[in-house]
Formats: sequence, structure tokens, C-alpha cells
Amino acid sequence: MKPYLLVDFGSTYTKLTAVDLDDEYIIGTAKAPTTVDTNVLEGYDRAFKHLMDDHPGITEIAGVSACSSAAGGLKMAAIGLVEELTVEAAKRACLGAGAIVDAVYTHHMTKREARELKEKNIDIILLAGGTDGGNQECIVHNAKRLRDIEVNVPIIVAGNKDAYDEIEEIFEDTNLEYYFVANVMPKLKKLNVNEAKNQIRKIFIDQIIDAKGISKAAEKIGDIIMPTPEAVLKAAELLSKGYEEDEGYGELIVIDIGGATTDVHTIGEGFPKRTEVILKGLEEPFAKRTVEGDLGMRYSARALLSLVSNYEFKKYFEEDDTCNHDIEKSLNRRSQEIDFIPKTKDEEEFDKAIAKICCDVSVSRHVGHVEVVHTPLGDMYYQTGKDLTGIQYVIGTGGVLINHKDAKRILNQVNKKSNKALELRPTNPSILIDRSYILAAMGLLSQKYPKLALKLMKQYLM
Amino acid sequence: MKTVVIGVIGADVHAVGNKIIDYVLSNNGYDVVNIGVLSTQEDFINAAIETDAEAILVSSLYGHGEMDCKFMKEKCEEAGIGHVKLYVGGNIVVGKQDFAEVERRFMEMGFDRVYGPGQKIEDALEDLREDIGN
Ligand code: B12
Repeated sequence: MKPYLLVDFGSTYTKLTAVDLDDEYIIGTAKAPTTVDTNVLEGYDRAFKHLMDDHPGITEIAGVSACSSAAGGLKMAAIGLVEELTVEAAKRACLGAGAIVDAVYTHHMTKREARELKEKNIDIILLAGGTDGGNQECIVHNAKRLRDIEVNVPIIVAGNKDAYDEIEEIFEDTNLEYYFVANVMPKLKKLNVNEAKNQIRKIFIDQIIDAKGISKAAEKIGDIIMPTPEAVLKAAELLSKGYEEDEGYGELIVIDIGGATTDVHTIGEGFPKRTEVILKGLEEPFAKRTVEGDLGMRYSARALLSLVSNYEFKKYFEEDDTCNHDIEKSLNRRSQEIDFIPKTKDEEEFDKAIAKICCDVSVSRHVGHVEVVHTPLGDMYYQTGKDLTGIQYVIGTGGVLINHKDAKRILNQVNKKSNKALELRPTNPSILIDRSYILAAMGLLSQKYPKLALKLMKQYLM
Repeated sequence: MKTVVIGVIGADVHAVGNKIIDYVLSNNGYDVVNIGVLSTQEDFINAAIETDAEAILVSSLYGHGEMDCKFMKEKCEEAGIGHVKLYVGGNIVVGKQDFAEVERRFMEMGFDRVYGPGQKIEDALEDLREDIGN
């Protein structure tokens, strides 16, 4: 056997997926704890050994592709002018490239904000602001702020192109590392994030990997081609659209509940389904990703305390759940012991409730909303964001979901709710689980073998 | 090129005049950012900020212009674009009212130029050239 190997250097585990290109099946998967602190290759070698032990028939590797979210993933700052416009466009570029947006600045940055930004552990800054031909003064101001504090991470300039000459003069002859790409919002409400996304990926491959000590792996197994969340987004997009004559699944949602964050990916236009609804706001990306940093099973568990009241929390327990949960204590424990694994029924049920909240709240934030506006001519409806009521498939991935016997029940939280009537949530989608944890791997595989990646996803997601 | 934001405010769907205004201003050397019908005050303001517009031309045809335009100037000031010229035109109030009186009310609300029914966009071109140049 000469399998193609997909590697995901995750924050906790390094995961391997071996695919047989000729017979078109997944030979096996293996994992071992990620070892960024010492040498990432240790974890990789260990996982590789597991794979070989389980599948002695593997004689040679046909090729390798890898992605990574190790060492905190890719952290970015998004800077723009108006919150709903260029700031939002900048955020979407970062998220679409698989980053976590850890800092957001609107309008003119103050010195204090600039200092705060420098202190944050950010990998790349995306500087936007103004449509082409529009406002220059703000992005120029912010460029000066970044120069003055001498930021030591790459800056991608993706704003009003008219300001580029002046910004270049500001950055020239400094030690700043900067790149100019196309404006993320060249015209009002027009989203244009591809160049920015490509530049982010390029910097990620060239440097971030290096800075996070993962480059040793790159030397041995080849380039780490993208951040893991981007691989998941690519997989979702392929599964939705299909490839050549092989049809896809249509509009879909992927929910990835992790220890620290919950990612939601949707593929679909999300246009209003009813004619009396008027679409507002910035254009939505066809493949959209949002990340909730305060929704997670472990590290972020404590944040739930301030997000949902005890009363609300209890509603997420199953009706037949007779355990006597101490909500505060259980949440605190999980955020302290991030490798906590539930052993008792109590603990399992509690984890399920957390997962349900992560799912419910992350979907609330991701989906479009309808707002009723009372006008002199009666009520009118404005939609911001995507209408996802017609979504056909919801796919769950990430530690809790793939291992939980009640995963489908957890994912039922995506559905329309009577107390959230104005949210454009799915109505009755089919639910699939990424039981073999292959989505990121399939996103990687799709870069070279899209047809096979699609076939395997259809087979292995259930 | 000077940028102007145009659009129809409130729950108003009268789209024809808006297209004509877009056409006329574009042909006369302005960079027109057209936010279309059913636009809120915030839509106008956000558009003007990002595009660095020097004038906002609000249309209202369906009679509820006065209500829709209330506090727009204050919001512009709040958003840091108090210097941007504010024009309004169309059928901005219900029925036939004394135009001088209507104009006074809109001026008081902070609009720089007010156009009554029957006044065409060509009338405003002169004023626009005078106010922001070409
Ligand atoms: C076509 C039309 C409709 C169509 C609109 C279709 C569409 N999507 O465009 C429909 C049937 C949907 C419609 C609906 C209604 N309409 Co109607 N409609 C008209 C009509 C017959 C023509 C409008 C038009 O297209 N004119 C042609 C364009 C080129 O002219 P314009 O719109 O006036 O724009 C020019 C000027 O006004 C000026 N201008 C406009 N804005 C600005 C801004 C500045 C700064 C400047 C300088 C100049 C300027 O320049 C423009 C270009 O030259 C007018 C009557 C009329 N003859 O004007 C009524 C009229 C505008 N409608 C009217 C009404 C009341 C309504 C409704 C409320 C009726 C109802 N009860 O349901 C609804 C409102 C719907 C809504 N939510 O907006 C009234 C408004 C009365 C008022 N203001 O006191 C009018 C005047 C009819 C009337 N005499 O009663 N309408």
C-alpha cells in the first residue's frame, strides 16, 4: 500500500489520515498528542507509528499534505473604518483564511489601542478602511499608528488603494513588514477578500509555521499548506458544490465544537426567501465562517457563566436528566482541567448541555436575522446576514460531537426555535456526524484530488 | 472626482427618480454611490464615511420624508461627517403644502438644500457645483 497522508497538527492532537488513492478508501487514521513545546515531529512520529502498527501493509507514502492549528492557531487583528462595512469585511477575510480574530479596531486608532494591539499575541494585522476612491485619511492615520508603535508582525494593507502611495511612504525605511493587496471592500458593500486571504495563507506558510516551531515538521513532510479551519471550510465547500458531474449536498452547515472555540461554517447564498424581505448590510461570503471565542467545552467553559443564567442553563439538560448538577463548579472545573474527560453519567450529561449551548448560541450569532421595521406604510422586514432556513445538511465535527452518542441530539439545537423567531435558522435539516474526524483531511486532499475527497466525505460522514 | 451618496430614504420604494439622479450626476462628473431605495439614515451615513462623500442627496417620494429625515443631521455630526452637505428632494411631504414653509422646516432640521415637487435634479446640479465643486 502506498497511501497519501493527510496531517493535521491540531492544538491538542496531531492527526493522520491515510488514503488509498487507487482503491479510493480511507486506510486508517491515527493520532498522538501534539508536541509543540519540544519538537512537533515527536508527536507526528508517534502518530505515524500508530498508523504503521495498525496497518503493516503500508510500505511507502505517496505524498503528504498538512494543515495546522497548533500553538494557538493563527491569530489576527482586523482594522477598518465603519464597523458594519470595512471592519466587517476585514474580519471576514481573516475568518475565511482560517484565523481567529483576536482584536478589532474601528475608525481612528488611539495610541492606547495601538499599544494594546502590540501587547496582544497577534500573528498578522489586516489593515483596511475606505472604499477605493473613498476615505483615505483614516487608513493613513492607522498606518501611522502602526508605524509609531513599531509592530513586529506582518501588516497586510487591504483598504482604499488611493492611499497606498502615502502608506508606502509611511512604512518605507522602517523595519515593518508589509504587503499591499486589493481592497477588501472596493465598492460600497462589495466584498472582495480573496487577495487578502491568499496573502494571509502565504504569510502563514512562510512564517507563522516557523515562528510556532512547526517548521521542523515542514522540513520533513513538506509544506503546511493552510490553517486547519481553512481546510475544514474547503471541505465543506466541496461537499456543498460537488465536483464536475458528481453532485454536492447543496447548502450546508458545519459546526465544530472545540475546547476553546466553536466554529460555524456555512455554504450557501443565504438570500431572502420571501419577497417582502429586504436584504441589508455587507455582501455575505458564499462560504462563511464565524468563530466564537467564548463558546467551548473546556478552556472557554467558564465564559458560559456570564453568557447564560443558571435558569437558562438548566433548560439545556435533558428532561429525563435526574442528576443534580452544580453548574458553576462543573464549568470552573472544565476550564481549569482542559483535558478533562467525563467518566460518570453526571459528567457526560453536563458536557452534553455545554455542547448544546455552544451549538445554539454559535448558530444564533452566525445566522441572519430579520428585523421588523414599523413604517408609515405598515411593517417591513429587513434581513441582515444569511437566510439559512433552507439548509439541507448540518454536519458536526470536533471532539465532543464525534465521540458523543447523542451528537445528533446536540446538533438539533441548530433548528428554528420559538423563542428565537427572528433568527433565520434551519428548519429541519438532515444531521451528519464526522465520526472518523476526516473533514480537515478531506479539505487538504481536495487541493489535489477533489473528486476523491468528495467521494470519501459522502461515504464517511453519517 | 467628487463623491456623492444618493438613495431613497425610509420605507419608500420609488425607484425611477433615483435611477435618473444616478445617471445625471454620473454624466456630470460625479462619483455616485447609489445606496438605492429603502435606505436608513445609517445606510447613508456609513456609505458617506467609507466613500469620503462630500454630499448626501436624500430622496423621498412617498410623503413621509419629514419623519424619515428627523435627526439625520445630528447623526451625521455624531458620526464625524457634519461637514458633508445634506440635500433632500422629491415629494418630501404629504400633499401640497406651502413650499417656503416646508423648506424652512427641513433647513431647521439641518439640511443645506431642499427641493420641492417638480424640481429636477438638474436644478440641483448648479448648487452642487457651488457647494462642493466638480
Ligand atoms: C410610479 C409610482 C409608484 C410606484 C413606484 C414603482 C417604483 N418601484 O418605482 C408604486 C405603485 C409602487 C407606488 C407606490 C406608492 N406610491 Co407612488 N407614485 C408613482 C408615480 C406615479 C410616479 C413616480 C415616478 O416614478 N416618477 C418619475 C420620476 C422620474 O420622478 P420622481 O420620482 O419624482 O423623481 C424626480 C424628482 O422628484 C427629483 N428628485 C427626487 N429626489 C430628489 C432628491 C434631490 C436632492 C433632488 C434635487 C431632486 C430629487 O428628481 C427625480 C428625477 O428627475 C408618482 C406620481 C408622480 N407622477 O410623480 C406617485 C407618488 C409618488 N406615489 C405616491 C404614493 C402616496 C404612493 C403610495 C404610498 C401609495 C399607497 N398608498 O400605497 C405607495 C408607496 C409605496 C412605497 N413603499 O414607497 C404619491 C406621493 C404623495 C406625497 N408625497 O404626498 C405620488 C406623488 C402620487 C400622488 N400624486 O399621490 N408609486
